[in-house]
Amino acid sequence: MGNMLNIEQDYLRFRQIIRGKIKQNLKKYISQGELIGKKGKDFVSIPIPQIETPNFRFGRRNTGGVGQGEGSPGQALAPGDVDDGGEGQAGNAPGNHILEVDLTIEELAQILAEELELPRIQPKGSAKIKTERDHYSRISRVGPESLRHFKRTYKEALKRQISAGSYDPLNPYIVPIHEDKRYISWKTKQRPESNALIIYMMDVSGSMGDDQKEIVRIESFWIDTWIQTNYKGVVTRYIIHDAVAQEVDSETFFNTRESGGTVISSAYELCLNIIEEEYPQELWNIYVFHFSDGDNFTGEDNNRCIGMLKNNFLPKVNLFGYGQVESTYGSGQFIRELESNIKDADNFVTSRIETRDDILKSIKDFLGKGK
Amino acid sequence: MVKKHKGPPGKGLGYLKKSRDEIKGYAIEYGLDFFDTYFEFLDFEEMNIIAAYGGFPNRYPSWEFGMEYERLQKSYRHGLHTIYEMVINNDPCWAYLLESNNLVDQKIVMAHVFGHSDFFKNNASFSQTNRKMMDAMANHATKVRKYVDRYGIDTVESFIDLCRSISDLIDPHSVFIKRQADKPRFSLEVAKNGHPQIAQKIPAKEYMNGYINPKNVIDAKQGRLDAEFARQKQIEQKQDFPENPERDVMLFLIEHAPLEEWQREILWIMREEAYYFAPQAETKIMNEGWATYWHEKIMIEKCLTDSEIIDFADHHSGTVAARAGQINPYRLGWKLWKDIEDRWNKGKFGKEYEECENYSALASWDKKLGLGRDKIFEVRKIYNDISFVDEFFTEEFCLENNFFTYVFNKEGGVYEIADRNWKNIKRKLLFSLTNFGRPFICVKSGNFQNRSELLLQHRHEGIDLRQDFLQDTLENLRKIWGRTVHIETVAEGAKKLFSSKPILEESKKKKKKKKK
Repeated sequence: MGNMLNIEQDYLRFRQIIRGKIKQNLKKYISQGELIGKKGKDFVSIPIPQIETPNFRFGRRNTGGVGQGEGSPGQALAPGDVDDGGEGQAGNAPGNHILEVDLTIEELAQILAEELELPRIQPKGSAKIKTERDHYSRISRVGPESLRHFKRTYKEALKRQISAGSYDPLNPYIVPIHEDKRYISWKTKQRPESNALIIYMMDVSGSMGDDQKEIVRIESFWIDTWIQTNYKGVVTRYIIHDAVAQEVDSETFFNTRESGGTVISSAYELCLNIIEEEYPQELWNIYVFHFSDGDNFTGEDNNRCIGMLKNNFLPKVNLFGYGQVESTYGSGQFIRELESNIKDADNFVTSRIETRDDILKSIKDFLGKGK
Repeated sequence: MVKKHKGPPGKGLGYLKKSRDEIKGYAIEYGLDFFDTYFEFLDFEEMNIIAAYGGFPNRYPSWEFGMEYERLQKSYRHGLHTIYEMVINNDPCWAYLLESNNLVDQKIVMAHVFGHSDFFKNNASFSQTNRKMMDAMANHATKVRKYVDRYGIDTVESFIDLCRSISDLIDPHSVFIKRQADKPRFSLEVAKNGHPQIAQKIPAKEYMNGYINPKNVIDAKQGRLDAEFARQKQIEQKQDFPENPERDVMLFLIEHAPLEEWQREILWIMREEAYYFAPQAETKIMNEGWATYWHEKIMIEKCLTDSEIIDFADHHSGTVAARAGQINPYRLGWKLWKDIEDRWNKGKFGKEYEECENYSALASWDKKLGLGRDKIFEVRKIYNDISFVDEFFTEEFCLENNFFTYVFNKEGGVYEIADRNWKNIKRKLLFSLTNFGRPFICVKSGNFQNRSELLLQHRHEGIDLRQDFLQDTLENLRKIWGRTVHIETVAEGAKKLFSSKPILEESKKKKKKKKK
C-alpha cells in the first residue's frame, strides 16, 4: 500500500518534532493529550503527546456545557465525564467508540513504562532472602481429578483416536481413557523477596498552593504504580512539614495546608528516624521522594540538609528524589544548592516540575535510572 | 466491492456479501436513496491509517496525520477504543469495515453506512460538496508532493502549518448565496496593467535561458512584484477593501496576499478541503442520528437473527450511550428523529396541540395521522444541526431526556450541574453549534491605516478569545500576509486591538543582540 509509506513519513516527522529535532517553533504547542482509561472507579489518563495548532478560539474552556442524566443542581460530575477540550471538531470524525476498560495496576504500569521507556528496577541486595512460590504452569500425567485439564485431555484422546483410526468425523465421539488424562500441576519457583518502602515528604508551607499539591498527587500516583509493579510488598509512608514535621496518612498528606515557614531538615530528621527504627536497610528497598517549592527558611538549614543527605540518606536508600514545583513565591534556591553540592551520587535525582505538563518528564527523571 | 481478504472468522466473505445485498434491499424498501456504496475490508492497521487521513487513502504530507495515527494505534493497542465505521461523502460512496469486528457489528455498520450515504446524497448542506473528493484529495496530495520535491519538506510543511492555523476561517454559507454583485473584485490582473516593474532575469544566452530562468520562477517573482505594486497603488489612492467584511479569510488571502504560486496553490487546496469537511461538522447530530435511526430500524425489523440479538443490543447501547458531561451526537440525533416521527404520527404539532393545556389530553394525544415517515424524510433534506435543534428540541423532549447545563465550580474545582431550565439548555446547545463552536472572524480591511496592513474583526458574543493562541495565530497570519496583522476584539469587557509583532522591531532586536 502506498499510503503505508506515506503514513510512516508523517509519523516519523511527528516523532521528530516531539523529540525536538525539527521545527523548534512547534515545541511550545506540544501538550500531553491523554487516553482515558479506567481503574476501578477512577478515570486515569494515559499520556500521549499532542501538538496543537494555534487558531482563533474561545478562551476559558471552563464555561461549561450541556449534559444528560440524573442528578440535581449542585451535584458534581465525574471528571472523566466532562469533555474539557469540547471543540466543535471540524472535519469528519470517524465513528469512534470510547471503550471503558478496566485496567489493572500492572497494565497501567506497563503502558506508562512503554510510553516513558522506563527500565525495570533492579532491587538491591535481593539475593539475601528468598521465598518459594508455586506457579500452576505445568501439565502432568498424574494428579487429582479436580485439577484435570479438560481441553488437553480431550486433545490427547483425539490424537489417540485419530492415530488408531477410530475417529469418525461424521460422528465425532471422543472418549478419553486413563492414559489420555492430563492434569494441571505446579512448579515451585524461588523468588528473591524484595520489599520496598516509599516515603513521601512534602512541604505544606503557605507558599504551596492547590496546583502544586495536585502535581505532587499525580506524580506520586504514578511513582506508586511503577514501584508497586516492581516489588512484591510496598509500604508507603507520608510526612508533611512546614517548620516542623509530622507523619500523616495519605488523606491528610494531600489535603493539608499550613501556613508558616519552612525548615526542610525537620522532615529529613523524621524520615531518617522512621527508616532507622523500622526498616533495616538490608531487608528493604528504600525510596524517598521530597517535594517542595524550594524556599527553605535559612541557608544554614540548607547546609544541614545537604549534610544529612550525603551522610545518612544516600548510603541507605535506593533512590532519593527531590522534585521542586514552581511557586509564585519564594526563591527556589534549594534545588540549586542540592545540585551544586551533591554531584556524583547516582541514587540522587532532582527534577523541576513547573507545570502539569512537566509531570511525565519528571517521572522519567526519577524512575529512568532503573534504581 | 469487497476486497479480497480473509473474511470474518467462521463465515466466509460470501455471507458478508449476502448480508450487504440483503441490507441494501431493506434500505431501498424503506425509501432510502443513496449513492452506489462500496465497502472495503481492512485490518486494524490499514483502518488506522485511513482514519488518520480523515477517511481518505491519500492526503498531502503532514506530521498532523502522523500524530493522529499514533493516537489511534496506541489507543487500539491498549484496548481503549476501536473504530467501527468510516464512510466518505463521495459518489460512489466509500465505507470501510474493520476485519476483526464480529459479523453482527459488520451488519450494523453496513446498515448505518447506508443511512449516511442517503444523508450525504440528499441533505442540502452537502449539495455543493465535491462528489469526486476521493480523486480531488489524491490530486491535492500529488501536487503538494511535487512541491515538496522542489522546495523541500520543511518549507512546504511549515507553510501547511500556517494554513492550518487559519483553515477554519471560511464562509460555509457562501457556497449557497451570492455575497456580492458579480462585478470584478480587486484583482491582480487589473493591478498588472501599467505595471512598470518586470521581474529581473539572470543574464543568459538564448539557448540557456529556459534553464537559468525557468518560467515558474520568473512567474513567481513577477507575482510578488505585482502584489507589492498593487499595494503601493492602493496606498497611493488610499483605497480600502474589501467593501463589505469578508468572512472567507482564506479566499481573501489567496486573492490579496503576496504569495508565490505554490503557496497560493496550497492555500487553495487547504481551503477546498475545509469547505468539503464543513457540512459534516454542520450536520453531525442529524447525520449520526439518521444513520443510527436506520441501523436500528433495519436490524430490528428485518435483519437480526435470534443468535445475534445480544451482540446487537450490546453494540447499539454503546453507540447511543449517554455520558453525563457530554452530548453524544448519535444519541441526541437518534432520539430527536424518533421524537419527530412519533409527533407527526400522532399529530402532536400545530396550533391546536400547542395551545392545549389539558395534561391528560396532551399525554394521550393521538390523531393517527401517520405522517412521521414523510416528515423525517423532509427534515433530513432541508435542515442542518442548528435549525434541527432549534425547531425540534422541545421542552417535552428536553424533560424526557434529562438534559441539564453544567458549570465549573472554581471553589470545588469540579464541574457540577447548574440547572435543568429548558431555555438555558437550548441556548447553550445552540451556541456550541453556531459556527462549529468557533468565533466569528472576518476581514475588515486589507489596507488598514493606509499601510496595507490586515485588519480582522471578531464578532464578540460574550466569550473572549484565548489570548496566547490569538497572538500566535496573528503571527502565522503575518507570515502569510507579509505585513502587520491586527484583530479587533473585546477582552475583559473592553474593546481591544491586538496586533502581530512589528517586523521592524523584531529585526532591530536581532541587530542589537548581535552587537552585544
